[in-house]
Formats: sequence, structure tokens, C-alpha cells
Amino acid sequence: MATKNNLKDDSARVTDGSAISVRNLRVKYGEREILHGVNFEVPAGETIVILGGSGSGKSTLLRTLVGLELPSAGEIWMRGKNFAAMSEKDRDELRKKMGMSFQGGALFGSMTVGENVSLPLREHTQLDDSTIEIMVRLKLDQVGLSGFENYMPAQLSGGMKKRAAIARALSMDPEILFFDEPSAGLDPIIAAGIDELILKLKKAFRMSIVVVTHELASAYLIADRMILMDKGVVVANGTVKELQASSQPRVRQFLDRVPEPELTGEFDYLQMLTGDVPPIRQ
Amino acid sequence: MSLTETIGSATINGVAYIGGLARLATGSLRAVFVEPFHGKKFHISRSVHQAMAVGVEALPIVSLISFFIGTILALNAAYELRKFGALQVVASAVAISMTRELGPLMTAVVVIGRSGSAFAAEIGTMKVNEEIDALETMALEPVDFLVAPKFLAMLLMVPCLTVWADFMGVLGGGVFGVSAASFTWGSYIRATLEALQSRDITNGLIKAAMFGLTITAVGCMEGFSTGLGSEQVGRSTTSAVVKSIFMVVCVDLIFTAIFYFTAPR
Repeated sequence: MATKNNLKDDSARVTDGSAISVRNLRVKYGEREILHGVNFEVPAGETIVILGGSGSGKSTLLRTLVGLELPSAGEIWMRGKNFAAMSEKDRDELRKKMGMSFQGGALFGSMTVGENVSLPLREHTQLDDSTIEIMVRLKLDQVGLSGFENYMPAQLSGGMKKRAAIARALSMDPEILFFDEPSAGLDPIIAAGIDELILKLKKAFRMSIVVVTHELASAYLIADRMILMDKGVVVANGTVKELQASSQPRVRQFLDRVPEPELTGEFDYLQMLTGDVPPIRQ
Repeated sequence: MSLTETIGSATINGVAYIGGLARLATGSLRAVFVEPFHGKKFHISRSVHQAMAVGVEALPIVSLISFFIGTILALNAAYELRKFGALQVVASAVAISMTRELGPLMTAVVVIGRSGSAFAAEIGTMKVNEEIDALETMALEPVDFLVAPKFLAMLLMVPCLTVWADFMGVLGGGVFGVSAASFTWGSYIRATLEALQSRDITNGLIKAAMFGLTITAVGCMEGFSTGLGSEQVGRSTTSAVVKSIFMVVCVDLIFTAIFYFTAPR
């Protein structure tokens, strides 16, 4: 069912071509619900960018998709199985088909770049050392870090750390790649380099990619579809053009970079914090 | 909260903490001794690297402290024994005290300060930098990857360090014995060997192994429970040291009591 702005609503449609299908996903931290029934799909071979402001739930959503958080309700379908309801052993098997690049890189400081990239291969395959070395060089070449195998993470710049993290995420030739704020903390030139790398990977490998970011310029460049999250719900889901043409107030506020209105009293502040309508004062 | 509620809450939290330590320890020991027979890899090289840091690099400080402890023991024992003209008992007093108690305990304290705190800091920093999350997303169990090698290293190295500490303590006592208590090196060593029973050494080594497991469990547990931010890493490290010392003394009490009540009369 399409809205008048041609943006699909948030009902999930399970199709055979979906790499990920999220249905009515709810996630709680303690008693506080962060995601309130999220629905969307990631078509196979496409790049989905999840946008949203701070506190919108996009990072929680990403952590749930890779199994770092368990949902309180709902389903996450990948490869015909409900990832959220799997045993830990089955979840680990599926994780070998995924790659994740963290915001700060999350490279292991006690290992060289080469050792970081080869870690999944050494742990999950029976490949011999020489084959693993070749694969590491190949992955580093793909991300533009040829010759950096013996460098320690502390010796790398921010952009190089991100590239090394991407190489590690690619080491097992994943079917789905996740990025958490790939351009965060980088200058525009280096960030553009990371965007180009994501585009290159997309074209070369046709893998499904999920990117969480709040950088609009990156999103417009790399996305096939964009999802805008706000306060734990999906408020828009469509192609770049569809979102850019949307007249939904929250979408326009985010894409046009309109700041939140000034808070004039304590009740406005309370409403901003809780998202609730305050009781009427007698 | 009333006093009863406070005591109850503290008791529940304490028991839950010990349960968490036991789970960490059993998970790690399974990863070392059981999983390799079911096809899961365990890289012994990581344990070797940890053993170098825990054991070999601690030798100088353990040697010095144990030597001084041995000398202090001899001095304190001699102070009382000379009143009864029984200075020749100094060698036995030092040997038994070192092997049964002070060797394992002082070694554990040194290891807590060097390694227990390092474990908490290392794992805490990894948690803050999302490296623990990265391990999970690569289908690598953090306990198997990070904690199990440390457990194996400590299980082997703390008893070895304790043996060395016992030797250095006896040597320290011997320096006093030879210089101020009319011993020769030969008579001091003979007196030491006559006093020692294999049970003394065995009990000391069992305690040392248990101390090693305790220190590893507490250090790693505190690391995993680090909150966000570098300040929390400092908090975890301090907490690891304090809790490790307390837990080691508790374990010492338990095992000393066991050895007492199971000793042949």
C-alpha cells in the first residue's frame, strides 16, 4: 500500500528477493522500549541507508540486526530463518555470512592489520597460512591498503582504520555487509573516499549492504533505498528521490536540516524527553 | 531501604557475582580442556604469550618480595624463639609458613597487582572500543577467545611462581639463619627439608592454582562489566584489584579449613 507521497508504509512484505526481512521488531533496554514495531526489507543486492537523528533508534536497530541485542518481540528473517529466534550456534553460522564495520573500526590493538583481517579465516576455515596471506593481501588491496599488513592499528589514520575494518568485514566474502557510521569523524575528503569504496564494493560484489548514518551527502550517494527513523519507529521508507520529494514534516525537517523548535517551558522539555503529551494543568 | 533489605540485597548480589565468576571459569576451562576434542580450535600460542606476561615477567618482583618476606619471617620467629633457646626452629618456621601460606598468598597479591588489573584494563578497553562486539559479530565467543587463554596461563604459572617464591623465601630466611642464628647453609637446608612434608607443598600449590583461577575470573569479569568511557576502565581496574584480594583471602580461608579438617591426625 503506497501513501500519497509514493512512500511505502511500514508494513513488511516478504519477498523471495529479500536479504533481510524485519517484521514488527521491538527492542527494550530494561523496561524502556527503544524500537516500537519496526518493519522493513532489504532487497538482495541493494544498499539500504538507515537515517535518523540522535536517539532515533538506528544504532539499536543495527545492533539487533547483527545479533548484539536480542529483540523483545518481532522477527528478523535472513536466508529463510528467523535470526531473532535462532540458537546461539545457528546465529554464529549465519554471522559467518555477514560482515560488520564498526564506527571506530574496532580493530584489535594487539594485532597487526594483517592479523586483524586474517582472524575470521584462521578461526573459521582450514586454509593454510600461505593461502590466508594471499587472501589478506587481496582484501587489503580491495580497500586501498596494500602493503599495510604489518602495521599496528595505532599507526593508522582514522580513514585507514575504517578501511582496515572494512577489509576485515570482507575477509569471509559475506553476503550482507553492515556499516555503522562509516564517515563519522572523518574529514570530507576521506569520507568521500569511504563512500567511493562502498560504491565500488556494491558494484563489484552485488552484496546487500545496510548502512547506518546521519550524513546526508553519503546517504544520497550510496543508497538504493533510505529508511528514516524517529523515536524508535520508521517514519519513511523509499528511494532517494521518493524521500527527497516527500512532504512529511519529519522527513522534511531531517532532510532540510531544520533544528528542533525552542523549548519554552518545563512541560515542553518533558514532552521532548518522553515523547508524551503532558497532562493539562488545572 | 531497611537494614534487612540492605543485607538481603547485598547477599543476593554477592551470590550472583560468585555465580557469574563460576560460569566464567567453567566456560573457560571447557574451552581449554573439552572443546578441542570436539573440533573447536584453541590456540595454545595465546596462552603461551599470556604465560610469559603473567609468569616469566613477574619473576624479578616475586623473587625480591619473597626473599624479603622470608627474612622478615625469620626475624619475627627468632625474636620469640630465642627466649626459649630454640633458635634452631627458625628454619622450620620459615619453611612451613612459606610453603603453606605466605608463598601462595604473597605470590597471589603480586599477580593481582600485575596481571589481574591488566586483564580488567585490557578487556575493559576492548569493551569501550567495541572490540568485544566485533568478536561476537565474527562468530567468535569472547570468553573462549580472550578469557580461556588467560585461565590456562594462570593455572600453570601461579603454582610455578609459588614454587619459586617458596624457594626465595627459604633463601631469605637462610640469610638470617646463617648470619645471626648460628646456622650453616648445610644445616639450614637440612633443617628445612626435615620440617617440610610433601603435604605442605601440595596444599600450597593447590591454593596457588585456586588463587590463579580466582584472580583471572575476577579480573575478566570486571573487564566485561566496564561501562562506557575511559573513566570506567579505571574504575574496573581498581575494582578488580580490590575484589581479587578479598576473594583470594576467602578462598585461602576455605582451603586452609579443608586442609585442616582433612589432615591425618
